[in-house]
Amino acid sequence: MRKLIRWLGHHRLTLVFTLLGLVLFLFIIVPLAKMLLSSVSEPDIFLDTITDPQVTGAIWLTLYAALIATLAGFLLGIPLAYFLARHDFPGKKLIEGLIDVPIVVPHTAAGIALLFVFGRNFAVGKAFGALGIEFIDSTAGIVIAMLFVSIPFLVNSAKDGFKEVDVRLERVARTLGASPWQTFLRVSFPLAWRSILSGSIMMWARGISEFGAVIILVYHPMIAPVLVYERFEAFGLDYARPVAVLLIIVSVLVFIVLRTLAHRGERL
Amino acid sequence: MIDIRNLCVELGRFALRDISLKVETGEYFIILGPTGSGKTVLLETIAGICPCRSGQIWLDGRNVTGLSPDTRQVGIVYQDNALFPHLSVRENIIFGLRMRRTRPRELKSKLEGVVQLLGLGPLLRCWPATLSGGEKQKVALARAIVTSPEILLLDEPLGALDPETRENVQQELRKLHTGLAITVLHVTHDFEEAMTMGKRLAVIGEGALKQVGTTEEVFRRPNSEFVARFVMTRNIFRGTVARKFDGATVFRTGSLELISETVVSDGGCHASIRPEDVLISVEPARNGGWNSLPSIVTGIVDKGSILNVTVSLPPDLVCMVTRHQAAEMGLRVGQPVWVAFSPSSVHLFKG
Repeated sequence: MRKLIRWLGHHRLTLVFTLLGLVLFLFIIVPLAKMLLSSVSEPDIFLDTITDPQVTGAIWLTLYAALIATLAGFLLGIPLAYFLARHDFPGKKLIEGLIDVPIVVPHTAAGIALLFVFGRNFAVGKAFGALGIEFIDSTAGIVIAMLFVSIPFLVNSAKDGFKEVDVRLERVARTLGASPWQTFLRVSFPLAWRSILSGSIMMWARGISEFGAVIILVYHPMIAPVLVYERFEAFGLDYARPVAVLLIIVSVLVFIVLRTLAHRGERL
Repeated sequence: MIDIRNLCVELGRFALRDISLKVETGEYFIILGPTGSGKTVLLETIAGICPCRSGQIWLDGRNVTGLSPDTRQVGIVYQDNALFPHLSVRENIIFGLRMRRTRPRELKSKLEGVVQLLGLGPLLRCWPATLSGGEKQKVALARAIVTSPEILLLDEPLGALDPETRENVQQELRKLHTGLAITVLHVTHDFEEAMTMGKRLAVIGEGALKQVGTTEEVFRRPNSEFVARFVMTRNIFRGTVARKFDGATVFRTGSLELISETVVSDGGCHASIRPEDVLISVEPARNGGWNSLPSIVTGIVDKGSILNVTVSLPPDLVCMVTRHQAAEMGLRVGQPVWVAFSPSSVHLFKG
């Protein structure tokens, strides 16, 4: 007993922090676990749900649209992240702040803002319409909504990754005959890859969970979060819950696989 | 040959001002200066990494001022070697050859040449993170020279190494320089390293060249207080030229008069005396010549093989004696002693 008291005395900080961490962990895990268990307790509804083509279609659309948004974010965000990591200029803080705005803005408001640019009655929307790309009630609309709200995760993570790359490595590469493009592709990008991958996974995950911005632009075709909302409104909790559970299971599985792959790369 | 003409560089608040310097082809030249003096900026400007505001840089008769780093034929090695951590030793070394699209056969022969020269064979498959400091520096050297640059720029290449490894890498550098007959510009803040490695050097401070000359010249005849302090002269006195006679100058500081062989114009000037040029004894020098002065020991600092002994003339004068000499004389603080130094050891300068 005396030993235990002495041990507790020595490890007071660890103990307090562990307890506080446990409270947070339970706060996250209990609602999810309870929803999962209550769904399993009604296997008939759950089985009907996972074989329902509307549900599986919505989940695939969610994963697919988030992936396209991430790829677009990758293409547009990496150059910006590199530029911000390597250059100092007046107004840089402002630009960095603006990139974070989608995190702060309520996502329904973000959807309305996008509607004012990509809607059929507005210039950009009309221009894309002329090319046959519509953003209202289309997959393209889902993609831009997901892109808008989740791009800060990729840009910020990639920027931090590039900042960690010692600028002298790039300088040495240049003296060794590498062009600026070669230096970026052979030195900066591979060295920042871990952060870029991590940011991409976060962006993709954030895209999957998006609801507010998407529903303003696109009600049909339905992504999974919209379907959950629709079923909850139309049929009640019992029919919304299995869709939510399925979405969570699929997302968590994909998320774990990607994280594991990224972590394995880290050890190599 | 490196020919720098009136080079000016501005980097935020820091600036290199009006740098002019010539380094002969095949020379091993040292740039010596304290931290923040602009040594690295100068190297990076020569390499084309930092843009210059005005002036010109000529490398082997070619004006490279406006050229990008990849076209200058310059190799650079940093203090912490800057090896690419995501590439193996082999891939690090051949990086430059790959960038220059060297043919496989030529690539192989160049790699073998440099690996043999620096004895890197067993390390080729290793990753930089697993190498010792000396090994990393050798790999960085191999990477810099494998592309056969005309100029090799070394930015404090020995700074992060332990004394034993430092000596090994020094030998490798000498071997490389002799074997490749390459022009080397070696930057350091360590005067002993400068004396060991180069025959000529430039002292840089606050963004400007303070003195250029042979190591012996800078060591013996610093042209300013800045250089004198930086080359560890220790004894620097401010005073005036009292009078001149028979090619000698009498320098006065306070009530002390010193005889010097240096010829300077009348007026205020500095005198410097290297600690190792001062003889210390318990009796007056037999010839009783010039600059033989009574004094009192005011401090002794043990430096291992030697002792730094401070005596008060006044002013204070630092001398160096071996441990053996100190024991023979029974040196202790408060002891009256005699110090002597020849007029050729008293260097006068205006700066």
